[in-house]
Amino acid sequence: MIRDDRSALAAKPSGAGVPIMLRNVSKRYRAARGGEVQALGEIDLSVGAGEFVSIVGPSGCGKSTLLMLIAGLIPPTTGVIEVDTRAVKGAVDNIAIVFQRDVLLDWRTVLGNVLLPVEIKKLDPSTHRLKARELLRSVGLAEFEEKYPAELSGGMRQRAAICRALVQDPGLLLMDEPFGALDALTREQMNLDLQRMWLRDRNTVLFITHSIEEAVLLSDRVVVMSSRPGCIADIVMNDLPRPRGAHTRSEAGFLEHVERIRRHFLALGVLSET
Amino acid sequence: MTVIEEIPYSRAVPSALGGWINRNAPVLCVFAAIFAGWELAVRTLGIPDFILPSPSTIVIKIVLSWQLLLWNAFVTLQEILLGFGLSVAVAIPLAIAVVYSGIFERVAFPFMVSLQTIPKVALAPILVMWLGYGIMPKVMVAFLISFFPIVINSVIGMRSAEKEMIYLVQSMGAGELTTFIKIRLPKALPSIFGGLKVGMGQAVVGATVGEFIAAENGLGYLQLISQVRLDTPLLFAAVVVLSILGVLLFNIVGLVERLALPWSRVATQSE
Repeated sequence: MIRDDRSALAAKPSGAGVPIMLRNVSKRYRAARGGEVQALGEIDLSVGAGEFVSIVGPSGCGKSTLLMLIAGLIPPTTGVIEVDTRAVKGAVDNIAIVFQRDVLLDWRTVLGNVLLPVEIKKLDPSTHRLKARELLRSVGLAEFEEKYPAELSGGMRQRAAICRALVQDPGLLLMDEPFGALDALTREQMNLDLQRMWLRDRNTVLFITHSIEEAVLLSDRVVVMSSRPGCIADIVMNDLPRPRGAHTRSEAGFLEHVERIRRHFLALGVLSET
Repeated sequence: MTVIEEIPYSRAVPSALGGWINRNAPVLCVFAAIFAGWELAVRTLGIPDFILPSPSTIVIKIVLSWQLLLWNAFVTLQEILLGFGLSVAVAIPLAIAVVYSGIFERVAFPFMVSLQTIPKVALAPILVMWLGYGIMPKVMVAFLISFFPIVINSVIGMRSAEKEMIYLVQSMGAGELTTFIKIRLPKALPSIFGGLKVGMGQAVVGATVGEFIAAENGLGYLQLISQVRLDTPLLFAAVVVLSILGVLLFNIVGLVERLALPWSRVATQSE
């Protein structure tokens, strides 16, 4: 089923999310031994406010580069990026990043870690402290506030990292394979937790993953990328009803989307059946 | 109905000292055995004091000449602390310069690493020639010898922050100074303390060697004098006091580390 992009956006309840727009964005790196590497070809993409968009693609297709460009941490070689209708020049305010590694600071307690962006952005400490504790409670970490990260399991650490991202009420949440290092069961739970938090806050989410199922389960749209240089091969619209859960995985619509994306990877030679 | 009787695994020793003895019982036993064997050997074989004094003779010597030992230990302690303090004061800013400045990284750091291959002790006579017989040459030897482990560990520590960690705080709008204070420095502290512990041990060596070459007081000087006078028990007494001094200083650095990095103990316990 194909749906008009605009009508999909209009149907969304209003929330904290901000729109993103990329026009003719490309990125070339200078290679170590001379010459240049084209990490990202021409990318045109717009993401509506409060939309959940996943990006799937083979390793080295420039997914992470795309994320760094949108965050304003590296400049594009060509093209224009807008976050919240403002052109990106340098680190963007109003965004938060979650990496595959939780990168919690070992020397801070869980609560101290969640409050890091509040300190750096000099936000009001008392109200955000309450918000941080509320977030930790909502992901079952209330009793771990004063523990150090070394005392937590992998899933708990990544939950704390997500709380750290959400404490600043980001209009845009950039997630770079956030659950890639977790075991399958924890990963499934984290997917449901993330969906619940997104349905509540309605931030715009750009979610990079290697898992086709994860992308289809979570997203409004799935962007399929091909590699070297990274280009958009397809965009799959997904309007399966929310909240989605374990039951969604067996629905015909879900399987259809998964199949369509998998066929792309077969065609691109990323997957091979022989 | 059954009565469950609690059987303790071992008799509980309530005091802190008792706990320490319990934990270190095997080491204490080994030491006790060595000293007992030594004492016995010296007595039964009739080894004269000027060749190998028995432990009891050394202890008596320490008790009798405690003022002499304490005074000289104080001199050596001063040299150690000045040399070590100078090391820290130079090494940490230099490490920051190496991490942040391209010139320091490409020129100064390799230069320092190549200098490290020089045996610093061999420089002691030159330092004496330049700086005379006072406290300065000993401080300089202690400084030179303790400087390298501190600077190298500091550089390694400050470089150890993950790329994502830096990106994370940059995305929050942190500048270079905030990144250093919030990320690089705390991340480097365990490594820096590792360097400080090695450096402290080296400073003790440096000060002592400095005293061997030219001194008018200090534990190293006391050893030289005792050697010339064939006062072997005093020679051993000086070694004992020097060892105690070294262990004390090392443990003080360790204590500061534990106070400064409470999270570090958690990390090592859970691994």
